[in-house]
Amino acid sequence: MLELQGIAVSPGVAIGQALVFDREGYQISRSRAATVDANQEWLRLKAAIDGAATKLDASAQQTSEKLGARLGGIFTAQLQMLLDGRLHEELEQLIQKQSYSAEFAVSEVLNGYAAAFRRAGSSFLAERAADIRDIERLLLEGLTGVPTQTLSEISNPAIIASHDLTPGETAVLDPRKILGLCTETGGPGGHTAIVARGLEIPAVVGIGPFLHLLRADDSIIVDGHLGRVLINPDDITLERYLARREHRQSIARELTELRDLPACTSDGVRVELMANIEFLTEGQSCLDRGADGVGLYRTEFLYLGSQADPSEEDHFQAYVQVARDMAGKPVVMRTLDLGADKMGMTPYAHQENNPFLGLRSIRLSLRNPALFRTQIRAMLRAASEGDIRIMFPMITTLDELRTARFLVRSVAEDLREEGHVVRNDIPIGMMVEVPAAVMMLDRFIEEVDFVSIGTNDLTQYVLAVDRGNEAVADLYQACDPAVLRLIQKTWEIATQHNISTSVCGEMSNDPALALLLVGMGIRVLSVAPSAIPVLKKAIRSVTIGQCQAMAWRAMRLDTAKEVDAFLQNQLAGLVPEMVLQA
Amino acid sequence: MSQSLSTATVFVSNPQGLHMRPANLLVTTACKFSSTLKLVREGQSVDAKSILGILTLGAVQGSQIDLFADGPDAEIAISTIVDLFQRGFDEPAE
Repeated sequence: MLELQGIAVSPGVAIGQALVFDREGYQISRSRAATVDANQEWLRLKAAIDGAATKLDASAQQTSEKLGARLGGIFTAQLQMLLDGRLHEELEQLIQKQSYSAEFAVSEVLNGYAAAFRRAGSSFLAERAADIRDIERLLLEGLTGVPTQTLSEISNPAIIASHDLTPGETAVLDPRKILGLCTETGGPGGHTAIVARGLEIPAVVGIGPFLHLLRADDSIIVDGHLGRVLINPDDITLERYLARREHRQSIARELTELRDLPACTSDGVRVELMANIEFLTEGQSCLDRGADGVGLYRTEFLYLGSQADPSEEDHFQAYVQVARDMAGKPVVMRTLDLGADKMGMTPYAHQENNPFLGLRSIRLSLRNPALFRTQIRAMLRAASEGDIRIMFPMITTLDELRTARFLVRSVAEDLREEGHVVRNDIPIGMMVEVPAAVMMLDRFIEEVDFVSIGTNDLTQYVLAVDRGNEAVADLYQACDPAVLRLIQKTWEIATQHNISTSVCGEMSNDPALALLLVGMGIRVLSVAPSAIPVLKKAIRSVTIGQCQAMAWRAMRLDTAKEVDAFLQNQLAGLVPEMVLQA
Repeated sequence: MSQSLSTATVFVSNPQGLHMRPANLLVTTACKFSSTLKLVREGQSVDAKSILGILTLGAVQGSQIDLFADGPDAEIAISTIVDLFQRGFDEPAE
């Protein structure tokens, strides 16, 4: 058995046969075609170009429908590049004057562009190099008549192992055939990660070189919770994972029956279970799981796809769709919450030694008012379609909150002057994820309609630990007593002011921690859609008194380790059928 | 019809630099003219009618670019493209 560690980007466990997806697999004969009629050769290539253009056009439409106009735009851009007249001249030149075969010309010219793009060293152009590879693949397919391996035509369900995936490849992933993904490169903000999460395919990226270790049909486990990939697992490991999967599936069957029941403790205390979503397709999975609304709509995906900034219309279309899908249930929209470096937005990116403490999130939005206003305009316009609420991430100072609110007011006035109807009762809230916000919460609370605790960043900032840094990652524990005290304090202050507090970090995906939060007084949890049924089951199995007792004791423990052991033990006692989650 | 060579120097003013959307707008505009149009940045010369060529320049905000047009409508081509750069390709400014 071989165990590899990467970055977990999409939760879930996949067990299956490995399919090494190696784009270099199609070897074209790199020879000149001196004997062939050059005219004939050029006509053959022109036909291939036409064919590729038709395919790209179709992909653009299909992807726009499935994943939104932003990702569909990837193919529109590829089409523009494919139709470049200069490109055609260069290809024709090589064929007519140098007697290259069509395949050889395609590979020479496109490799030249890909290399030039990579040399420029910007992340925007590096993504364009991936586009060039997509174009090359399409043309070679058309020329040889042999489809190169594509991820849309896999016959048996498999786990894909690859160096990386191009945007064109990720866009055609079929979750029924692709059990899991593992790639040598990539990070949490890349298109592979985002698409995998949207389609609920377990994925681990950034593993480093490992493809040479794989043989065809090796059995492989992708653990999207722990970021682990196991090649040829031994019997004990395999059985452990299979047992977990069987257990999870049997729980899942039982859980679907809970869909239309409310998340109430057995003695009738109602907890709202909301969903964290990112993709348009996830609106449906929220409803399928019986979510009470969207507690966190991440808008970052609109900025990926790496063309120019999304237009107001791009934002608007996406927001309206989510609002309509949720049919009157609340949708909390978070404004942009990324660092410029994560978005391929090179012009906004600065070289930062410490990006987590740098120009990101609301800081980036306030520094680029044009970017921010576009997003706010779309949110305010979409608010007439549903119960939309606006939330600012990473608020650290009162000035930031006031500036952001001022911008919202001024955008609303602009819109009214232009003749739009803008609701004046749209709730505006903030994420509590910087310790400074907790310390000053009695002031912040006067100026917000709701707060939502982002435990991922709160944990990272209060414990001064970068969760991505392996050397210190073990310090990153959402159940650390210091984190719990901040949550407690936030809830106390907000409740005194009759302001609702929700928790939207990953910690509430864990049923033991979710029950703890309920015991601490939290009545709104926002979690991954897939976690909702499990949490509902857990909440319906306990009384509020049991949760409170659990919280009272947990808050008196000294270390994260103690809290964790205590909570898991409590969960095993209260909801025995739940154990074996991780 | 007289042949003329026309030239100008521009700076990339839009924050995004010359990437997909501006590049595409530039190509569409350049293709309306019959003159040969070249962009030169730091000694690298590309065809203004080629989106791949323009992208290769990797021109970020503040880049200096020399324009050259050669052909019957060189002068009007240059002034149209200079205008496009000056308007920042109609992108929202910072």
